[in-house]
Amino acid sequence: MVTRAPVETRPTTLGFSLNSFFRWLGGLNPIVQIPIIVVVFGAVVGLILLLIEYAPRPGRGYFWLRLAACFLLPVLAFMLLRPYQNAVIYVLGIAVILGAVLFWADYRSRQGAGYLFQLILFAAPATILLLVGLIYPAISTLVQSFFDKTGDNFVGLDNYIWTFTNPEGFWSVINTLIWVLLAPTFATAIGLAYAVFIDRAKGERVLKILIFMPFAISFVGAGIIWKFIYDFRQGDQIGLLNGIVTAFGGQPVTWLAAQPLVNTLLLVVVFIWSQTGLAMVILSAAIKAVPPEQMEAAELDGANAWERFRNVTVPGIRSSLIVVVTTIAIGALKIYDIVAVMTGGRNDTTVLAFEMVNQQQRFQSYGHSAALAVVLFIFVLPLIIFNVRQIRKQREIR
Amino acid sequence: MTISTEVVEPVVDSRSARQVARDTRRHEAMARKRLTSKGATIAAIVIAFFWTIPTFGLFITSFRPGSDTQSSGWWTVFVDPAFTLDNYRQALTSGGTALTLGASFLNSLAITIPVVVFALAVASLIAYAFAWIDFKGRNFFFIFIFALQIVPLQMALVPLLSLFSRGLTINDVTIFPGLELRGIEHSFATVWIAHVIFAMPLAIFLLHNFIAEIPHEVIEAARVDGAGHGQIFFRLILPLAAPALASFAVLEFIWVWNDLLVATIFAPSSSLPLTQSLNSLSGTWGDQWFLQSAGTFISILVPLIVFFALQRFFVRGLLAGATKG
Repeated sequence: MVTRAPVETRPTTLGFSLNSFFRWLGGLNPIVQIPIIVVVFGAVVGLILLLIEYAPRPGRGYFWLRLAACFLLPVLAFMLLRPYQNAVIYVLGIAVILGAVLFWADYRSRQGAGYLFQLILFAAPATILLLVGLIYPAISTLVQSFFDKTGDNFVGLDNYIWTFTNPEGFWSVINTLIWVLLAPTFATAIGLAYAVFIDRAKGERVLKILIFMPFAISFVGAGIIWKFIYDFRQGDQIGLLNGIVTAFGGQPVTWLAAQPLVNTLLLVVVFIWSQTGLAMVILSAAIKAVPPEQMEAAELDGANAWERFRNVTVPGIRSSLIVVVTTIAIGALKIYDIVAVMTGGRNDTTVLAFEMVNQQQRFQSYGHSAALAVVLFIFVLPLIIFNVRQIRKQREIR
Repeated sequence: MTISTEVVEPVVDSRSARQVARDTRRHEAMARKRLTSKGATIAAIVIAFFWTIPTFGLFITSFRPGSDTQSSGWWTVFVDPAFTLDNYRQALTSGGTALTLGASFLNSLAITIPVVVFALAVASLIAYAFAWIDFKGRNFFFIFIFALQIVPLQMALVPLLSLFSRGLTINDVTIFPGLELRGIEHSFATVWIAHVIFAMPLAIFLLHNFIAEIPHEVIEAARVDGAGHGQIFFRLILPLAAPALASFAVLEFIWVWNDLLVATIFAPSSSLPLTQSLNSLSGTWGDQWFLQSAGTFISILVPLIVFFALQRFFVRGLLAGATKG
């Protein structure tokens, strides 16, 4: 029964279901799973495209095709989601109503029969995913942030007060601000400078690859690589940084425990190291797209290299710069891996995105973690608003 | 007159073509000299040097005998060289928690390849609708989807996880029964779905920008010939957007391959990827740098290969639409 709690009646599958398919697939070797799932997925996309192709044709046969699809697709969708025993009636009922509405709306559509049907087929997969995976969870988390640890009692703004007064919460906010200010600035500046320096230089390809390589390394890998640089021990040093310090006769430093803020800055360095490659590749492409005539004209006017850069290059790549800065800034706001691998949030290096998972996994404190997520959300907000305004402007020009 | 010039022309042309080529080359060399200063190149080399040092250090370490790495810095290798391949053999066969690095390497492949295919297909379908089907509120929905990047992954984790495992029940009415895949060995379904969802906003945005740039005449001509949206999408859009698809595939591949968080949350323990094994290595093995460094290089290998294989699309494709002012 649809209305019965799933705990009481052990649900039985109605023949084939999405779930049973995934269960069967899970039993196979990981490598064998790849071609199977890709082929099955390809078949589904192929079916969608076939229906899209034939939907708007006039004629009796196509009318029946549309009609059948409108009813069959919802039925299939429900069957795949593993309906419960005795629920066939409900499933059929819901599917028939949905199908009827869909077909009727399409039939009445001003743009002609098949129009809405096509549009829905194109948009449905992505829309369902976004609804299930982003919109519903975002709302759910927002609600959760006003409830206590267990999620049962309403506590108002307590979780938010905790965020700004508890040391973990407080440091996660401060550090996140440091991350989002420093990381995009430095990564973009160095990436841009490098892109300008190597433009038309000899061995451009090799130089590009050297900087891009860290971008292809996971944050976990980067964390291990840099832990090795920051390593501290008694006696002979194996970490490069302390190796240099001791070579000059200094005392070795426990870099990742150095407070205040030194350790956080060292973590930010890892992130900058990794993201500069992305900034460089995108900006380098943008620089090459700046018309050379403008460069030459500026040169004839007697502009020196710096003036040419400021007055010709930078305006020419403005929109790329915005894309790069926002992408890296959003990445810095959501940073989790580097902190998790290198310090585990100890010694006040925690950030919002890490602390959020930490609260949830280690302390099972869902209210706190939801509040941290919402604070993170508020931090991303201005960046997105700025970008949306940029897109709006661009679309008006078009 | 006309006949004679016709005979002579090719000869003149070919010679001038060679001359032109030589001249252009000379001009380019001059322009290059004028526009790049020695200082800039030296600065670039200095930056490249500093950027490569960390990786280089670990690379050297991955070939040094384990006992050496514990006692001396990797730079001593220049005075006292000693190398071995043993680290790689050991790293592949010994594991962090439950999985060996070799097994989690396969898991990483099984997670990443389908995700890239799914994300590209689903995103390009809706991107096409946004670009070439006129409907009410098109601009609004497009900007709304772009703005969904606002939702941090972390915000979606817990609800999505409970949706997968327990389903959704509102007022005792089961809307979605849950997938119950947690106990299945080597089940990647939840990781696939989660990754594809999180990739959606950016993928739709970038692919739409490219697909919308395809000249109107091409689409019109196909339509006149009687092709429907399905054929246009399959026969025209996919081939024409190949550079954009390829470059997004590279990015998405690198991101998914390198992801730690999503897999840690959604994958059952037998399906954890390489990053997770590496991470637990650094926890359980503590100071065993020789194994960690070898493991790290195994994990870097695949994204680098993918990048080198597809890099010629990388710049051209994505940026054609994305950064147009």
